[in-house]
Amino acid sequence: MNLLNLLLILPFLTGGVLSVIPSSRLAVKLNVAACSLTFIISLGLALEVLKRGTIQFDDHAFFLDPFNIFLVCLTTFVATTTSIFSGTYMLHEEEIGKVTSNQLRHYHAMYQLFIFGMLLALTTNNIGVLWIAMELATLATVLLVALYRTRSAISAAWKYFILCGMGIALALFGTILIFTTSSHVLGHSNEALTWTLLYPIADQLDSSVLTIAFVFLMVGYGTKVGLFPMHSWLPDAHAEGPTPISAVLSGLLLNVALYALVRCKTLVDGATQNGLAGYLMMGFGLLSVMIAALSLHRQKDIKRMFSFSSIEHMGLMTFSFGIGTFLANFAALLHMTVHSLVKSGIFFTVGHAAQSSKTQIMKKIRGLINLQPGVGVGLLTGTIAIAGFPPFGVFTSEFLLITAALETYPWTVGIILPSLVIAFAGLFRHLHPMVFGIPAREQKLLRVNMLPVYIHLGIALLLGIFIPKFLANWFQIAAELLSRGNV
Amino acid sequence: MNSAEVLRQLSTVSASLFLLTSFALLAQRHMRAFLIWFSFQGILLGSLSAMVAYSTDSYELYVSAILAFFLKGILIPFLLWKIVIRLGVNREVETQINLFSTMLIGAILVLFSYYVSLPIQKTIMDMTRNIIAIGLACVLISMLIMITRRKAVTQVVGYLTLENSLFFTATAATHGMPLVVEIGVAFDVLIAVLIFGVFFFQIRKTFDSLDLRHLENKP
Repeated sequence: MNLLNLLLILPFLTGGVLSVIPSSRLAVKLNVAACSLTFIISLGLALEVLKRGTIQFDDHAFFLDPFNIFLVCLTTFVATTTSIFSGTYMLHEEEIGKVTSNQLRHYHAMYQLFIFGMLLALTTNNIGVLWIAMELATLATVLLVALYRTRSAISAAWKYFILCGMGIALALFGTILIFTTSSHVLGHSNEALTWTLLYPIADQLDSSVLTIAFVFLMVGYGTKVGLFPMHSWLPDAHAEGPTPISAVLSGLLLNVALYALVRCKTLVDGATQNGLAGYLMMGFGLLSVMIAALSLHRQKDIKRMFSFSSIEHMGLMTFSFGIGTFLANFAALLHMTVHSLVKSGIFFTVGHAAQSSKTQIMKKIRGLINLQPGVGVGLLTGTIAIAGFPPFGVFTSEFLLITAALETYPWTVGIILPSLVIAFAGLFRHLHPMVFGIPAREQKLLRVNMLPVYIHLGIALLLGIFIPKFLANWFQIAAELLSRGNV
Repeated sequence: MNSAEVLRQLSTVSASLFLLTSFALLAQRHMRAFLIWFSFQGILLGSLSAMVAYSTDSYELYVSAILAFFLKGILIPFLLWKIVIRLGVNREVETQINLFSTMLIGAILVLFSYYVSLPIQKTIMDMTRNIIAIGLACVLISMLIMITRRKAVTQVVGYLTLENSLFFTATAATHGMPLVVEIGVAFDVLIAVLIFGVFFFQIRKTFDSLDLRHLENKP
């Protein structure tokens, strides 16, 4: 048994244990403990990668390289802070009778299963298993989105289930197409689906098959990334699910889907050599950024608004990976990190704000800074960070991204910059009255746990000012690897 | 005739049969017949896997043949039928647009799939191109089923047909994915069906109907 097995087994087993623990308080504690332990294990693995570079486990079955190790750490880290936030939040939901303790038991079990799915997707070396893990993560979150059992929650979950089910089925079709050609080169076995063995022989694969395959993978995993026009499940699922789930969906699951897409892109690029995959990603990315920026203005629900902001940022990352130069990949990797930190931090504050105002409708949330200074300041800082103000990390990554775009396709900057400005205006237009307006009487004070928010924003700030050497080194190796296409 | 040749021809025959079942599902008006065709499709999938397993001597494929046969041919249609009876929706399948146009769109989808798979070179394997085209057509037709039906149950059958088409493509074009993947996918599908079952009752309880139009009109 090595550390990696432990990393995967721990959430899986905890999920099983949590599904039979009746006491909510105990379950919350166990959830936090298990998540922190997973985080510690992932740090141990990160040290290994730091020392030895790319590692393979269990005879090619799993692998860690600079591209996925930082995502593993990010996933376990955000999962830990979310579990801390979710403790306060969900116990309050139980107190006010929104969920029963029975539902809460399912919630915790599914939460761990979801984390298991994501970690499996990130660490597996097999394209097929990657698909299975993505589907597993989807299935786990479907039930979480439907947790409140209200009309809109159920219809949101149904939409999520059908759309993502359909989308991800297309990704499986793409995977099968890859296998039809790779099994001729590597033989009819698991090896023909192994990333580390596929990359070196990418140029021997049939390029016409891979081109068709990529279209399917793009649409399939793109649905999960939340790219326009397959995004319509995302705002609903974010708005209707419990807030901790919105935080992990936005901060983690979208990243994992993008990870899958980028891995596929690197492989397909190696075979086709014509940059078609990159163009597709750039197109989808640009469209998503534009549409999401415009949609931000029309939202009434605070969680829907921030989920459109997630679509915008995923679009930016997809676009940047699509450009595919070293700098663009570096920018996208950094953006992945800071976006998931900041966005999950924002969802934590939004959760507290919505709980104290008893509504998610933005018109009814007013004057947070007077009423609950902690929440108000958190929301303000978070939004400043996500809108791309210096000195937060989002500014750095967006700056790098625009530099990369100017170097390669300068005209795209003409679309990106206005979209960023529009998105900024949309966010602040709604945010301003929520933070500084006159508070309504019915809002009540509530004990909040702002520590996770400050930790997230603090790290994002730190990444904007200076990036630690080991992280920059990983980003560089990963960016190099993605732009050249071999491991 | 050597066994490879026989296998090739059998695969082509089952591919056309599979396309036929997709069209049959598309054209079906009655819930019972709809599920029977669905079950037939599962059995077809199982027998194709068994055939390929026999001629390539692969034990892994026997496992997936048995899985397909019992899960998709018998268990899932049976469970769905039970749910349909319990929810009392075993009547006519309502469609959004009339059947004739649906069939016509289906035919266009088949043409489109052949057009898309044209650039695949023949050199890889003689029949792969055909199979991929038919597999793609079945995937698209399953989506059409999902789009044109109003009831949640039929939408789910569309989803499962989609899964079937994928399995079919994998088996016929590549002689099956590796066992880990096949079992994993089958497991995911089974969980999906269970969740769908939970959802049917939830939707029914909250909306008093399984008609998906109600899901759109939020309070």
